Amino acid sequence: MSDSTEIRMETKGLGVLYNKTHYGVRNVSLQFYNNQVTAFIGPSGCGKTTFLRALNRMHDLSPEAQVEGQVLLDSEDIYAPQVDAVVVRRKIGMVFQKPTPFPTKSIYDNVAAGLYLVGIRKREILDEVVERSLRNAALWDEVKDRLNHPGGSLSGGQQQRLSIARALAVEPEVLLMDEPTSSLDPNSTRSVEELIRQLKDKVTIIIVTHNMQQAIRVSDYTAFFYTGDMVEFGLTKELFENPKHPKTQEYLSGAFS
Amino acid sequence: MNLQLRYFRGNLLQWGTVFLTALVVVPLLIIILFIVVNGFSALNLDFFTQELGSPARAIQGTPTGLVASIVGTIIIDTIGLAIALPFGLATGILMSEFPEHPFASIARILVSTLNGMPAVLMGLMAYALVVKNTGGFSAFSGAVALSFIMIPIIARTTESVLRITPWVLREVGLSLGLPRWRVTFSLVIPAARAGIITGILIAFARAAGEAAPLLLTSFGNNYLTLDISEPMDSLPQRLYSLAISPYKQWHVLGWGGAIILLLFVIITFFIGKMVNKQLEKNSARLINIKQEEKGNE
Repeated sequence: MSDSTEIRMETKGLGVLYNKTHYGVRNVSLQFYNNQVTAFIGPSGCGKTTFLRALNRMHDLSPEAQVEGQVLLDSEDIYAPQVDAVVVRRKIGMVFQKPTPFPTKSIYDNVAAGLYLVGIRKREILDEVVERSLRNAALWDEVKDRLNHPGGSLSGGQQQRLSIARALAVEPEVLLMDEPTSSLDPNSTRSVEELIRQLKDKVTIIIVTHNMQQAIRVSDYTAFFYTGDMVEFGLTKELFENPKHPKTQEYLSGAFS
Repeated sequence: MNLQLRYFRGNLLQWGTVFLTALVVVPLLIIILFIVVNGFSALNLDFFTQELGSPARAIQGTPTGLVASIVGTIIIDTIGLAIALPFGLATGILMSEFPEHPFASIARILVSTLNGMPAVLMGLMAYALVVKNTGGFSAFSGAVALSFIMIPIIARTTESVLRITPWVLREVGLSLGLPRWRVTFSLVIPAARAGIITGILIAFARAAGEAAPLLLTSFGNNYLTLDISEPMDSLPQRLYSLAISPYKQWHVLGWGGAIILLLFVIITFFIGKMVNKQLEKNSARLINIKQEEKGNE
């Protein structure tokens, strides 16, 4: 296992400006440590998802959003002019709020999509990647006998793990997760959380969650966002047991949500 | 408002809707019935195998038919579709998937304009572009005129079905490190293919019923030809010329032709429905995602 105090990713003064008038998040400087899980918590509309989406250049598609500052992956700015967003996203994968299997594609094709669609067609390679990714997503045993079934035929929790397997298949260095359990039932949530804890040996994880308990359960570090500012950042244990900022204290005590 | 009054208003609205729908459907059925009754006697083997020839044929009772018009319609319409497809699809994709492109908003205005433009102007445009430059009326120029009819329809429907595919599909594709064109062609378009195919068939059927754009382009031909550089006959245009002819026998042929044209359109729509049904089974879930997205907003 690699060193968990090594900084994998870092933002410097990162802000996202909407319509040139208001900030979704502003001036956030944060470090993400290698093979650690970092959680973003905060009330709705606090900018945590906006911030997360800036980390793999998802805002590129929205002309109304402007990103300022730097995002460094292994000390390289992913917003530098010579850097291709497509290459960035290969290294920084993403899992979305809702399970999003490609509904018409089979389970196998769903997982293989990221490789197949860039021209990797060798059956042996794909077979191997599909099995490894599904195993890593703790889904292999449940689907190994029906890899040719459509992705849409799985249950919600399985679909979310399939989405994770698909993201893992391209071997990202960092995995962004945007409230990955918010549409799942408690059992599925538990299995996805379990998975996150296992996955951090392989990949650095950054997760947005609406659920403080989830942050405690899965994360090593936590950042608290409030109205577009990153208010407090620290080891999850410390932040929850001994919050320094009054806003964090209020939020954790349930004064607002 | 009391309950009785609400029931009354509910019923009133329901019956009003039924009545107005019937007002549309009943005349339509009468038209179809009228065409079938009048034209059915014209449909015999000769009708499908013989050329029209001169009016003397019909008057003297020698075999005559509309094979030239039927074959011509299929040829002109199919070539028209082949021309329209790449332009229509590309315009639709541009408008939906690359809305920030400077061409996208221009294209949207032009497509709307083209959509509302009288069909005869499409014919004039093809006349100016093709007939004038190639030295004469031809089936090819007719196909070009029909493609002008089809392009805006295909572009419009393609744009709108691409737009209703869930946005997150694109984000998933991009997050896998796929380039944007790959996401569009391998993920978004396949998810919308049922709607795209329906749009293509609607355009095809619409163009098959147009007479005006062909008057100045494919011109018409009483004899069968497969040469697309020659004037060629087509059903809608032939219906018009048969209807205004002074010969009773040609009127009957015209009714028969109308049945074929109707069938042509109905079959096209039917194929569209079948294709749609097959594909819809697969994309049903996609639509669910979209509805959930809407519900959450």
